[in-house]
Order: sequence, then C-alpha cells, then structure tokens
Amino acid sequence: MVAKITPEIAKQDGYKFGFNDNDRATYKYRTEKGLSEAVVREISSVKGEPQWMTDFRVKSYHHFLERPMPTGFWGGNIQNYELDFDDIYYFARASDRAEQDWSDVPEYIKDTFDKLGIPEAEKKSLIAGVGAQYDSEVVYHSIREDLEKLGVIFVDTDSAVRDYPEIVRQYFGTIVPPADNKFAALNSAVWSGGSFVYVPAGVKVDIPLQAYFRINKENMGQFERTLIIAEEGSYVHYVEGCTAPSYSSNALHSAVVEIIVKKGARVRYTTIQNWSTNVFNLVTKRAAAYEDAVMEWVDGNLGSRLTMKYPSVFLMGPHAHGEVLSLAMASDGQHQDAGAKMVHVAPDTTSTIISKSVSRGSGRTSYRGALKVHAGAARSKATVRCDALLIDQQSRSDTYPLMEVEEEQVNIGHEASVSRVGEEQLFYLQSRGLSEVDATKLIVNGFVEPIVKELPMEYAVELNRLIELQMEGAVG
Amino acid sequence: MADTLLTIEGLTVSVEGKQILNGVDLAVGRGEVHAIMGPNGSGKSTLANALMGHPRYQVTGGTVRFKGEDILALSPDKRAQRGLFLAFQYPMSIPGVTMVNFLRQAMKAVRGEDVPVREFREKLFATMKLLKMDQEFARRYVNEGFSGGEKKRAEILQMGILDPDLAIMDETDSGLDIDALRTVAEGVNALTTPKLGVVLITHYQRLLNYIKPQFVHILYQGRIIESGGPELALQLEAEGYDPVIEKYAPALVAATGEKA
Ligand SMILES: Nc1ncnc2c1ncn2[C@@H]1O[C@H](COP(=O)(O)OP(=O)(O)OP(=O)(O)O)[C@@H](O)[C@H]1O
Ligand SMILES: [Mg+2]
Repeated sequence: MVAKITPEIAKQDGYKFGFNDNDRATYKYRTEKGLSEAVVREISSVKGEPQWMTDFRVKSYHHFLERPMPTGFWGGNIQNYELDFDDIYYFARASDRAEQDWSDVPEYIKDTFDKLGIPEAEKKSLIAGVGAQYDSEVVYHSIREDLEKLGVIFVDTDSAVRDYPEIVRQYFGTIVPPADNKFAALNSAVWSGGSFVYVPAGVKVDIPLQAYFRINKENMGQFERTLIIAEEGSYVHYVEGCTAPSYSSNALHSAVVEIIVKKGARVRYTTIQNWSTNVFNLVTKRAAAYEDAVMEWVDGNLGSRLTMKYPSVFLMGPHAHGEVLSLAMASDGQHQDAGAKMVHVAPDTTSTIISKSVSRGSGRTSYRGALKVHAGAARSKATVRCDALLIDQQSRSDTYPLMEVEEEQVNIGHEASVSRVGEEQLFYLQSRGLSEVDATKLIVNGFVEPIVKELPMEYAVELNRLIELQMEGAVG
Repeated sequence: MADTLLTIEGLTVSVEGKQILNGVDLAVGRGEVHAIMGPNGSGKSTLANALMGHPRYQVTGGTVRFKGEDILALSPDKRAQRGLFLAFQYPMSIPGVTMVNFLRQAMKAVRGEDVPVREFREKLFATMKLLKMDQEFARRYVNEGFSGGEKKRAEILQMGILDPDLAIMDETDSGLDIDALRTVAEGVNALTTPKLGVVLITHYQRLLNYIKPQFVHILYQGRIIESGGPELALQLEAEGYDPVIEKYAPALVAATGEKA
C-alpha cells in the first residue's frame, strides 16, 4: 500500500552562451502573446491532447487566475518585480515533432546544440540519452538501445502523454497538484516539453540521463513539466543543465518537476541553472520517497534575475532518506532565494540539507528551508547545514529556517555560518603568485567544492568555469 | 656586497597606526643565509609580512630593493612573481582547495606560463619525497586539518615548487618534532642553490645546527641592534638576550626617549 500525498500534507508545505540564432529560428507555430482560456485550449488542441489533459489545463488556468502571488513561505517578493503575464508567449513550436534521429533535426537547431556541446557529449557516450528543449518542445531525444530493452522510458512529456497515457495519467499532478501554488497552476495550464522518465522495478540506470534546456525567444516563457517514476528497487540519475542567451526584457521560467521514488529505489536529480539575468526562475520541485527509498536533489543556481526554488522531499515510508545539496551564486542585481523542504511523514526517516551560497557585488542569496516532522514520524533524524560566503562589503545573505515538529522522538541538527573572503587567506594565496581575482576564485571554488564534487565530471568542470566567469564579472 | 639580492634601508612599518619597525637595515646576497633572532613581539614577523606586501602592514618610511627593483609599490603576487617567498609562521587553510590544485596554480602564476603536467608532477612528488611527505597530502585541502608540523612542511614544499630567489622562513622550526626538524632542515639545504638567499627567523639554535647561517641579526623593538656571525646565536643560546640588550640600552634610550 503506497501512501499518497494528500492535500492536507501538501498544504503544510507552506556561460555565457551569448549566441542566439533568433534570426533563423522560424517558429512553425506560436500562440499569441498573453494568456487566456482560449490560448490554453489552443495549446492543448495543437498538441492533439486527450480530453483529460485539456480539462486539467483549463481547470489549472482558472486556479491560476484566482490565486494571488505567492507569499508566506516563498521568499523572493515576486510582487515587487514588474512581471507582466500578458507580455509573454506561452507556446511556440520550432519543429513539428520530437525528432528521433539527429539527422532529422533542423540545421540551425543543430548549430545551437553544437555550441552547447551536446553531440560531443553523445559521442563520448557519457550519457544515456539526451533530451534537448528548444523553446517549448523537445526536438531531439535519443536513448541507448540497451536501456530501451530494459524498459526504461525517456521521452519528452508531450510524447509521453500520447504514447504512455496510462502511466502519465496515473501520476501526473499527484505530487505537485495544480492548486499547490500560483506558479504550479500556471505551469499546469500551459506546460510544454520537459522529460518523462520511467524506470521499471529493479533496473539501475548506471549513467546519467541528461537534458538541456534553453529559452531562445524574447518573452518566451518556458514551462516544462518533468515526471520521473522510479519503480521499486530501481536507480536513476537525471541531469538537467540550463543555459540561456541574454535578452533585454523579462522572461519567465516556471517549471514543475514531480518525482516518485518507490520502495527501495533511489533517484538523484541534478540541475545547473544558468539563466540569463533577466529570467524569473520560479520552479516547483517535489519528490515523494517511499519505504527505504532515497531521493537526492543537487541544485545549482547561478543565473536568473530572481530564483525561487525549494526542492522538497516528502518522506512517506519508513527509513526513507531525502537529501538536498543546494548551491547558489548571486552577482550584481541577482537574488537567489533557494533552499529546501523536508517533510517527515513516516517513522525512521532521515534527511540532510546542505546549502552553500556565494554573494558578490550587490548580489543577494537567501536560504529558505522548511523542516516538518509529522506526529508519528518517530525516530526521524534531520540535519541542516547552510554556509554563506560574501565576497564584497555590500553583498548580502539571509537565512530563513522554518521548523515545525509534531513528534517528540526526533533528532534535529541545524548549523549555519556566514563568512567573508578573508584578508589573511587572500594574502596567503597572493604571496604564492596568484592575483587577487584568482585568489578569490580559488577560495570560492574551494567553498563550493563539497557540492561540486557530487556532480558528474563534465558538469563539475562547467560549473567551476561558470563560477570563474561570474567572479570576473563576465557573466550577466 | 657584490651580488646583493635584497637591500633594506631605514624601513619603518606600522600596524593599525602603531609603529612596529623603527628603521631596519639589512642586506642579503645570493647564496647567503641570514638568521634573524629576537624576543617575542620584537617585530620579526612584521618584517617578514611587510617584505611580502601584507596590506595591513604599512610601510611608513625607508626602501626595499629586490634584485635592483624597488618592490614597495608592488602587490604581494607581483613580489612572488619576482622571486620572493615567505614561509608563514601561521599558514592559512583554504578549505575545499586541494594542495595539488593550489600548487599547480601557484607554479603557473609565479612562472607566468603554463607548466606541463608531467613536469609539475615530477617536481611535486620529488619535493614531497625529499620532505618525507606522504603523497596523500597532495589530495588534501590546503592546510586544512594539518598538524602544526605538517603545515610547516607544506610551507617548505611550496618553497621547493616555486623555486624562489629569496626565501624568508618565519619560525619554520616551531611545531616540528626532533625528526621532522632534521627532515625539513635537510630539505631546505637540498633546495638551496647558489642563487638562493635565505632569511631564517627563529628562536632556537637547534635549527641553525642544520642550516648554517653566515650572518646572525638580533631584532629588538623594531631595530636590528646587533649583527654577527654564527657565534652570536651560540652566545644567545648560552646567555639569553639580556647582555645584548643592555649593551644597546643607551642607544635605544637616545633613539626612543624612553628606557628600554
Ligand atoms: N596585525 C596586527 N595587529 C595588531 N598588532 C600587531 C599586528 N601584527 C603585529 N602586531 C604587533 O606588533 C608587534 C610585533 O609583532 P610580530 O608578530 O612582528 O613579533 P615577532 O617578533 O614575530 O614575535 P614572535 O617571536 O612572538 O613571533 C607585537 O607587539 C604585535 O602585537
Ligand atoms: Mg613572529
């Protein structure tokens, strides 16, 4: 018997890639700017969706309208920004369908992907499959044949609705219901693309599944929807990397990620987010971990103007373990409001949150964490550790830990630190020939190392490079 | 001195508005070893830090010439690139940065060009072997969790990798056990070349038994009050600082206007 996340439980959960091929990107299809029920229905109809999905979208749209901007737990004060929902394209399509074969992918899209290094990654066969999100829809998907033989499904979510309707319908919207928050409702209404991963019982996917996302059109919202189901005793590592060219007007990225980790299964979800600094990145990521299951979020936030993201794990079965490794870096004008939520529902569950943030110039980072232990979640153990590093005098970092414990037999540890790059450390490194900038970079790289070392090799290298670019002020 | 490496004249240094060095003169040539001794708080580390360019140590007067160039306007990294090295009395730890990564970057920075991986590795492991350091140290984070003695060894490892022209060692012997002292001293001797000048800051004769100085200087209240040969250190070991200080007391009174 698998426990469900009831509305009650859910409620308590209070590189600069400067190129863009916009000129050549002739969208085959695009809705008009702005949002209405007609636009929502149009998206569903263009995709040829079944009625239940159309209904789901329309209902979500109305919920979005009724819902106020998030306050309370959400921290980024989104209402203070000029975010005009009517100034956004909610759907665009660059090519007709998800391509199965690299040779079918349009030439200009290939160029862009070449710059992102995807074909190289493929060649090296470091990856099990690549899903690339070009604007709203996934245009290229490949998966290794042996995984297919094992019954692993890795497709874009639109294809999944068409080809695996029973599985999708069973789980879609169960972990993050449209009524969860305004942005979840928005995503539920206009979602497009994202990945669908299904791992059958006992199957261990030994290399990471990867997807690349970009926002490539001015005022193009990106509302991908990812659903991962790990059956009993299975394992999968999903990696999502985001890069976006810079644009002058506001872009909105509002994704929903739902993960179901069944008994004894383990899922790791890694994100490196490097949106251009005009993007609002408002993402709802949530997982349910059942008996003996392990869910790990590795979440790196470098880009965007404002990020509000708190990956969460609902520990639904005994001995389930949840982990969030969060890294945030904010440079001038950026606010990273990131953190984690752990909800202990079942007894003997454990969770770890490690958060590291770096603020530079006028950048601001906030750690926002929620820890909830339900009555009956006896012998639960939770550890929270957040460290902030400030580079400049005006840099800012805040910590907002929220704790609600209804069970007496628990073990909770919380540690937090804020430090500034020290003069003595800088002098020490400079006395070894390193310039002040290089010395600072090295200190920052060392600070984030505990998170970086959890990343797949090529991502670790890329992340260090992005951090260095930010430290040089070359990004943003 | 024919081949003077470092020439300090009338150096005065303040920390937080308080004058610590009151006019230091010192000349160090290539191939020479100078020992600087003196009671706690006399200004030895201040001299070392000021020479390396620590931002908190303000040079208020005097000159420092290194290889013929006035280095006082240079940032610490530029001084290191010119061939100056300081082995710290209290080395800093840099969490998350491995020794191997740090040393590679430092070597590249000091040389001003990329160092082939192979050459770097050979030099690293040869120097570690010389200092009897386990190769595992290369993977550890810089000074993080190192024992006092391990930190001092790691400083000399850095000196070996960076191959300076002038090495200032600030109490490298403190914190070392008897065997480690010998290992490190022998390491320093092995790294010593005719081009290298050495300034050893120490409290104890035992280091000087291994690394033999030609010159010994006594720093007291921010001044070098006595200079001599190796016998001066032996005399200090036997008699302490009092006889030397007494001898200079009248001069100090005249200079500072108060009784030493
Ligand atoms: N950063 C600093 N801030 C304040 N005072 C300082 C600072 N650095 C040095 N001083 C003061 O300057 C004086 C000389 O200190 P210094 O460290 O140079 O002595 P030292 O000769 O190296 O002593 P020791 O033998 O104990 O290492 C001391 O009185 C010390 O308190
Ligand atoms: Mg000292």
